[in-house]
Amino acid sequence: MTISHHAAGHAALELRDVSKSFGAVVALSSGSLRLENNSIHALIGENGAGKSTIVKIIAGLYQRDSGEFLLDGQSTDFTSTAQSKAAGIAVIYQEPTLFPDLSVTENIFMGRQPTRSLGRIDRRLMREEAVGLFRRLGVRIDPDRPTLGLSIADQQIIEIAKAISLDARVLVMDEPTAALSGVEVERLFAVARSLRDEGRALMFISHRFDEVFDLCDTVTVMRDGEYIATSPIAETTVDELVRRMVGRDVTNLFPKEVAPLGDDVLVVTNLSQPGVFHDVDFTVRAGEIVALAGLVGAGRSEIARAIFGVDPYSTGTVSISGTRVPRRNPGASMQLGLALVPEDRRKQGLVLESSVARNTTMAIQRTLSRFGLLFSSKENEAARQWASRLEVKTSALDTEVGTLSGGNQQKVVLAKWLATKPSVLIIDEPTRGIDVGTKAEVHRLLSELAGTGLAILMISSELPEVLGMADRVLVVREGRITASLARADATAESVMLAATQSAPATKEAVR
Amino acid sequence: MTTTTASAPAGQRILHALGGIAKARETGILVALVLVVIAATARNPNFLFSTDGFRDLLLTPSILLLVAVGQAIVIITRNVDLSVGSTLGLTAYLTGRLFIDVPGIPIILVFLIGLLFGGFLGLINGALIAFAKVPALVITLGTLYIYRGINVWWTGSDRINASDMPKDFLALGTKTILYIPVLTIIAVVVLIAAGWYLRNQRPGRELYAIGSDPAAANLYGLKVTQRVLVAFVVCGALAGLAGVLYSARYGTVNSQAGSGFELEAVGAAVIGGVAIFGGSGTVWGAAIGAYLLFTINRALPILGVQDFWQRAVVGVLIIGAIVLDRLLALRQTRKLTEARDNDND
Repeated sequence: MTISHHAAGHAALELRDVSKSFGAVVALSSGSLRLENNSIHALIGENGAGKSTIVKIIAGLYQRDSGEFLLDGQSTDFTSTAQSKAAGIAVIYQEPTLFPDLSVTENIFMGRQPTRSLGRIDRRLMREEAVGLFRRLGVRIDPDRPTLGLSIADQQIIEIAKAISLDARVLVMDEPTAALSGVEVERLFAVARSLRDEGRALMFISHRFDEVFDLCDTVTVMRDGEYIATSPIAETTVDELVRRMVGRDVTNLFPKEVAPLGDDVLVVTNLSQPGVFHDVDFTVRAGEIVALAGLVGAGRSEIARAIFGVDPYSTGTVSISGTRVPRRNPGASMQLGLALVPEDRRKQGLVLESSVARNTTMAIQRTLSRFGLLFSSKENEAARQWASRLEVKTSALDTEVGTLSGGNQQKVVLAKWLATKPSVLIIDEPTRGIDVGTKAEVHRLLSELAGTGLAILMISSELPEVLGMADRVLVVREGRITASLARADATAESVMLAATQSAPATKEAVR
Repeated sequence: MTTTTASAPAGQRILHALGGIAKARETGILVALVLVVIAATARNPNFLFSTDGFRDLLLTPSILLLVAVGQAIVIITRNVDLSVGSTLGLTAYLTGRLFIDVPGIPIILVFLIGLLFGGFLGLINGALIAFAKVPALVITLGTLYIYRGINVWWTGSDRINASDMPKDFLALGTKTILYIPVLTIIAVVVLIAAGWYLRNQRPGRELYAIGSDPAAANLYGLKVTQRVLVAFVVCGALAGLAGVLYSARYGTVNSQAGSGFELEAVGAAVIGGVAIFGGSGTVWGAAIGAYLLFTINRALPILGVQDFWQRAVVGVLIIGAIVLDRLLALRQTRKLTEARDNDND
């Protein structure tokens, strides 16, 4: 299948000086972008640079206020996502948008199922086509199962299958790799390259530079809603891109300072939960940052949740400074000085409709309340202290958390837990979906906290973060700790090897 | 290209289909219904083995079946219509008035007007929900009272009596063809049509998609507003049809006709496996649920259960169905997650 229905000289999709405002808020002041056929284009920029707005304009979800939108050289206006789709544009959002109750096959073909006479859906043909798509993508997914319970990687593959079945000429991927592990990213990239080689135009948004350089042909940088520059990937460097993104040099992405290590604070012994994790055994000392590395789905978050008491474990013990932590009792864990910043901050860490102050003080409501009542003044006072220490960028403490950027939301979650004055902080994917500048800030913050004697257990899927931040790296594979590497011994290779140990190539090939 | 299904021997395919039936959520509720009928018949053979007994068994739940099918369609889209009882009542009264005020009006026209009027009331619900973006629970709770209020205002202390309506029309309420009541035939035809449409037509599948994840449906470019609107119109029209049949069946219609039907319809759908949060379940399940609800009500006195407990049994049934659904969903999630783990090994 090749795409040949475009006139030479025209870009597959082009935006010129496009703007979009919401009331007084300018989301995009002058966005420009040129996607060529046969090419993968990276769009990068800090959070709030306007990338998502561009994606939504292309998808037909937003309508631009001014500027030009050309498709194959023709001026275009989309008033709905259906129109954009009909024009051959497929958008894969950061979070897959599937229907959990429906089968994989139905998800791919919803709204445009093949039909027989009387408009009857041809289920067999539909299934055959789904099987064909997966064969072509080289993946093994049961087309009849519901999408409920599929890993995010598989869900993304279904989104891609959807895009291919649409025969999309333009494929936009908004941070598709945010939730994927190394092997899964490779699989996705292989698919993306083959789509490019068929003549399609792809756009790829990512915060990970190694991926941008690995996959893309050209890169466009945006900052503060404006187009900054476009260059072929071969003619640019990470440093140059970072400079363009932040408008300044970021000297140190991972400013981990060496902190004096104290006594063992968190001691986990032989923790097991059948089918989830086995014989998990480690300690974290005061002032130490220990990273749990490994592939997504290896059981890292489950271990963290079990330690905190949200999830059960069948055998083993957890203790903090010598005191046994009761199982399945988060309240008691908190009292013993344990804090958990969860992976999915929007769902598990924040009440998006509530104010910054209310969110920050949520975990310490009991100590703040007088006669069972909460007073805003006291809440604000406690919140202000942490909000300013963490430099949460918000005009007022009564701002709804849902309106803050990802980085600032993460800071509010951190503030909430730090307000409980923990001695052990467990933090799951501290910088997922956070832009470069804020990332460094979060890292500086973690490093500072460790410096004050906090024991930190950090779960991260980003190797540079693990290698840059951790004093010790524990690698988890299929629910077991397969390696414990000191800072000096931890390299990208040694961590990845321990994470994938059992013949990674054959394992992925069967999927 | 041949798929495994296509190339499998016929015997295997039939086994596969049988396995599917055994696993279907509707099977359990059908088994329960059969057990209730068997138990009641064992105590009193007339429950099933008399002309009247057999007829009543089929006839009594038919009107609820229509309303439950409409309700199921709406619930599948992650909405709910609490106004169906009031719609039924208002249409039932309208039916009587038509026969009184327009002497000699053709019965078929009355049916048509009932359908259209119910559909119109449904359209009001749907429009308010779709365009005002207010949850269906609130809107239809409001229209439940508004429609009933109009009914009370219009009817007053008046009521329609059997003598106000033509004999042919009333006969529809009890007539049978080959031992099957006409009302049941009408209900089952509607059921088959709705079941077929929801399974085999694109808009039908989209209703499931919308209920499964409304936000994703929007991003997907599905016509969410239009589909939900139509679901409410269909639900209203079926309640309207049920209203016409109600007056034919019972002969007397006062201002309180059909009150409480909304909850029985929701109950029937939920018992029949229609997930209250949308996205799954079938009208078949809702129909069996309607039969189970009414049949249990009739069977309990025969089985010697006190009046007092009869309502409670219905409650237990509804809660039991929801708990069962929850357990099944949990089990499936666990199974699917395990399958994923195994895949990764």
